Parts: sequence; structure tokens; C-alpha cells
Amino acid sequence: MLIYSQPLELTKFLAAIDNFLHSNFAPGWAIVVEGILVGAMILVMYALIALVMIYIERKIAAFFQARLGPNRVGKYGIFQSLADMIKILIKEVIHIKKADKFLFFVAPFFVIVSSVLAFGELPFGINLHALDFNIGVFYLLSVSSLGIIGILLAGWSSNNKYSMIGAMRSGAQFISYELSAGFALMTIVVLSGSMQFSEIIEGQRYCWNLFNGHLPALIAFIIYLISGHAETNRGPFDLPEAESELTAGYHTEYSGLQFGFFYLSEYLNMFIVAAVAATLFLGGWMPIQIKGWEAFNQVMWYIPSWVWFIGKAGILMFISLWVRWSFPRLRIDLLLNLEWKYLLPINLVNMLVMVMIVLSGFTLTDLFPALFGN
Amino acid sequence: MKFFNYIEGIFTALRSLAGGMIVTWKELFTPKVTMQYPENRKTLTISNRWRSELIMPHDENNEHACTACGICMMNCPNGSIEVLSTTIETEDGKKKKILNKHLWNYGSCTFCNLCVITCPSDAIIFNNEFEGAVFDKSKLLHRLNREDSKLRERKKDTAPATTNTTIKKENKEA
Repeated sequence: MLIYSQPLELTKFLAAIDNFLHSNFAPGWAIVVEGILVGAMILVMYALIALVMIYIERKIAAFFQARLGPNRVGKYGIFQSLADMIKILIKEVIHIKKADKFLFFVAPFFVIVSSVLAFGELPFGINLHALDFNIGVFYLLSVSSLGIIGILLAGWSSNNKYSMIGAMRSGAQFISYELSAGFALMTIVVLSGSMQFSEIIEGQRYCWNLFNGHLPALIAFIIYLISGHAETNRGPFDLPEAESELTAGYHTEYSGLQFGFFYLSEYLNMFIVAAVAATLFLGGWMPIQIKGWEAFNQVMWYIPSWVWFIGKAGILMFISLWVRWSFPRLRIDLLLNLEWKYLLPINLVNMLVMVMIVLSGFTLTDLFPALFGN
Repeated sequence: MKFFNYIEGIFTALRSLAGGMIVTWKELFTPKVTMQYPENRKTLTISNRWRSELIMPHDENNEHACTACGICMMNCPNGSIEVLSTTIETEDGKKKKILNKHLWNYGSCTFCNLCVITCPSDAIIFNNEFEGAVFDKSKLLHRLNREDSKLRERKKDTAPATTNTTIKKENKEA
């Protein structure tokens, strides 16, 4: 395999920082400082991505409704979400008299911590991967399902019927769709034979998992997009916070920074779902490469890996917005119908089909090793 | 059979969902309808049916069509119109009302259009000047007839009254 030139990659820069720290600190302290730097970077990226996504979402939502969207704060309204952030930060945090104070205070942290933990694990690019270990997919699933505890706590501790109904709906919805999302991801784990993100991405060098596993992978992809969308409480599945019936659902009683946490984590969960789908199905940060076309591959490598990653995740997020502004909200029984009567049985059969395809060697890499094999 | 219905249901659902998404995809590229008001003031077009300010059109001779009959004042549901008139006696001994002041209160008007519909001589209309905000309540009281304006003398060769009214109605609707 040729070594491609990667001029815009951050690898050298990171290595330089690493060298600097190790030459100036004791080895233990260097690692501590690196850990703090990485943590700070993840938190900054977390906030930044949310701001950018809120702006883009408002713009795209407006375009779908033949409006212009925010266009007053800065050119094309690019500072709109920044202004909103400042507004949310300086708003008063209102304490509810008859709320369960401790749980009420703790609930937003559950939500945001679980989403930061999942966010920190994403492979953003070559060497831009804070945590890469052999049960990566499993870790991501388990950590991101912690968020529902926060939502249930928020609904319970608010001592408010709207919040409670919203939280119970969210609980039912999340637990149901988590099954489907998990099975869809497991289908891909079966295909790539690993739960480690770096190995999964490396395995998709010449053929994305979506094409490698053809039919079952496509079904798993669609199911993952649907159930991931449902897990983030958005789009046609936003009945936990259905404005018309529940004012704002589980975060009705929250204000200021605590509401900001819910808001932030909602957007970041959307990003995480898109990023996981991009990593597992669309090759993650790996540029498009064709075996034997070295010049083409080199050109593709000139685009840095994190741009590929953001781009692929961005396309999936756009699809999520598109769906959100296309379909009306589902009723709760129809929502559970969709999961338990359709997605889950299809998923189980699909996983079985995938196992058979992998075992009998009908994946594209097995069928055409000259074209797609690593 | 039930199984086939189940499978068929899935594909019908997928097809209809895809149809919905195609519709919204087209909608994404339609021209945006938002009007950016203060910037587009010069190119702004307001619908002719928009009622904003009651006016009494005067022609070049400073003449209007109001006969001071007071029907608009009687029909106004909330008393926004006040017609002040004096009665004079013409040379041939007939009594005739002359319009002094036609007062209209912008602040209390509900723009119901009843005065314009019922006016027998089409003397008043609503125009499209929608920027009517003022800082003083007294400025909302408009006097519709100009200083020294007169009643337009009706020409002798006009068409009969019946056809005349139908033409007027059509004009109003247009």
C-alpha cells in the first residue's frame, strides 16, 4: 500500500505538541496535560458544533418552508445562534417551589454528560480519536443510552403533568428504538468483524460497509437512521416535547443554562447519530478510494480526513432535517407499532441474513477481492 | 395472506414516504416568499384589497363626490366616522347639505369596509398606505375632505342609475 501525502492532516501538529509536552514535563504530567487539552478541545468542539448546527438547522428549516430564516444578526444571520447562546447564558435559572430540587438540578447533567461521553468517542479523523478501544460500538451504545435517565428525572422532578407525560413518552420511545439502533449496529459489527472504530474504518478502505453488505446493510442503514432519529426525539418522533399538546414536554420547567443543556444535547445527539452512521456505514473519515487508481486516491487524500468525516455526517444530518420537515408527528401507539411490529422483526431477520451472507462469503469484498479487498 | 399484506404495507409506506420527501425537496428550491420590509420599501407591492387608510379622492378641480348624506357615519359599527355638514338653500329654493368636515378616526377604525360599500356616491375608498404609525394619538384623527373642496356637479349625460351602480360594484370588486 502506498503512503499518500496528507498536507492538511493534523497528525504532525499533534505530534509536535506531544513532543513539546514530553520534553518539558515529567512523563506522567505530560499525559495529564494532554488529557486536559483533549478534554477541553472536546468540550469546545461540542459547543461549537452545536452552535453551527443550530444555525444551519434554522436556515434549512426556513428554506423548506419557503422562508429566509435568521438574516438580521450579522451577514446572513451567522451570529444568530451566538446571540441566542449569550441570551441563554445570562437568563435566570428559575427554581420551582414544589419540585424535587436535587433531581431537578441533576437531570440536565445526566443528559449532557451522556452525550459528551458519546461525542468524545467519535473518530473525527486520522489521530483525532480520543478513545479507541476494542468495544467502541458497545461503549457508545451504552453511554448514549444513559441520557434517558436524565430525561426521566427531569420529567419526574419537575412535578408537572406535561413534563411527566413527555418524559414517560420519551422513555417508552427511547427504550424501544434503542433496540433497533443496537441491532442495526450489531449487523454492521457482524459484517466488519470488530467493534473497534479504527478497525471498522480501516476495513472500509475500498468498499463502504453500506455497499459491502449490499441488501442487509442497506436495510440496517435505513433502520439505523429511523431509530437514531427517533432516539434524538426529533422530527416526526418529537412527541416527548410535542409543543401543541405538552408545551415543551420534559423540559417545560427548565430555563436558562439548564434548558441550554437540554437544547445542546439534543443537537449533539443528532450529530452523534449522524456521525456513527457515517462511521459504520459510509467509511467514517476514510476518503473515497478506488483500488489501483493511485492518482485519484492521492487527490482524495489531499482533502483532510476530518473534512470527509464532517461532510459525511453533514449529509446524514441534512437527511435528518429533511425528514423532520417532511412528515407529521406520529401518535404514540403508531410510534410503538412501527418499532415493535416492523423495525424489530425486520431487524432480527436482517441480522440473520447478514450472518449468512458473511459466513457464506457473499459480501462484495469476498466476491470481488480484486476490486474491493483490502 | 396476512404476511403478504404486512410486506405490501411496508413497501406502500416506503413509497408514500418517498413521495412526501420529493415534495419537500422541491419545496426547498422554491423562491422564498419572505419580504424584507424596510429594505424593499421601493419595490413593495401591496394587494389592492388591503385596507389601511380611508381617503376621499379629489379630482384636479379640488372636487369630491361626497354629498354629506351621512350613510357612512350611520353604518360605522364603532363610530369612527363623523360627517359634519351645513344645510343651505339653493337659488331654486331646494334645501341641500354641504359637507363641512368628514372626520375619520384611524385609531378606532376596524377596517370593516362597511362605509365604502354603503357609500351611494363612491366618495370614499381605502388606500394602501399601510405605514400609519404615529407618536401622538391626536394625529390619528383624519379630516378626509380638503380645504375649500366642493361637491362635484353631476353631468347630465351619465348613464341610467341602475347600470351605473352595477358598473360601480364591478369597479369595487376589481
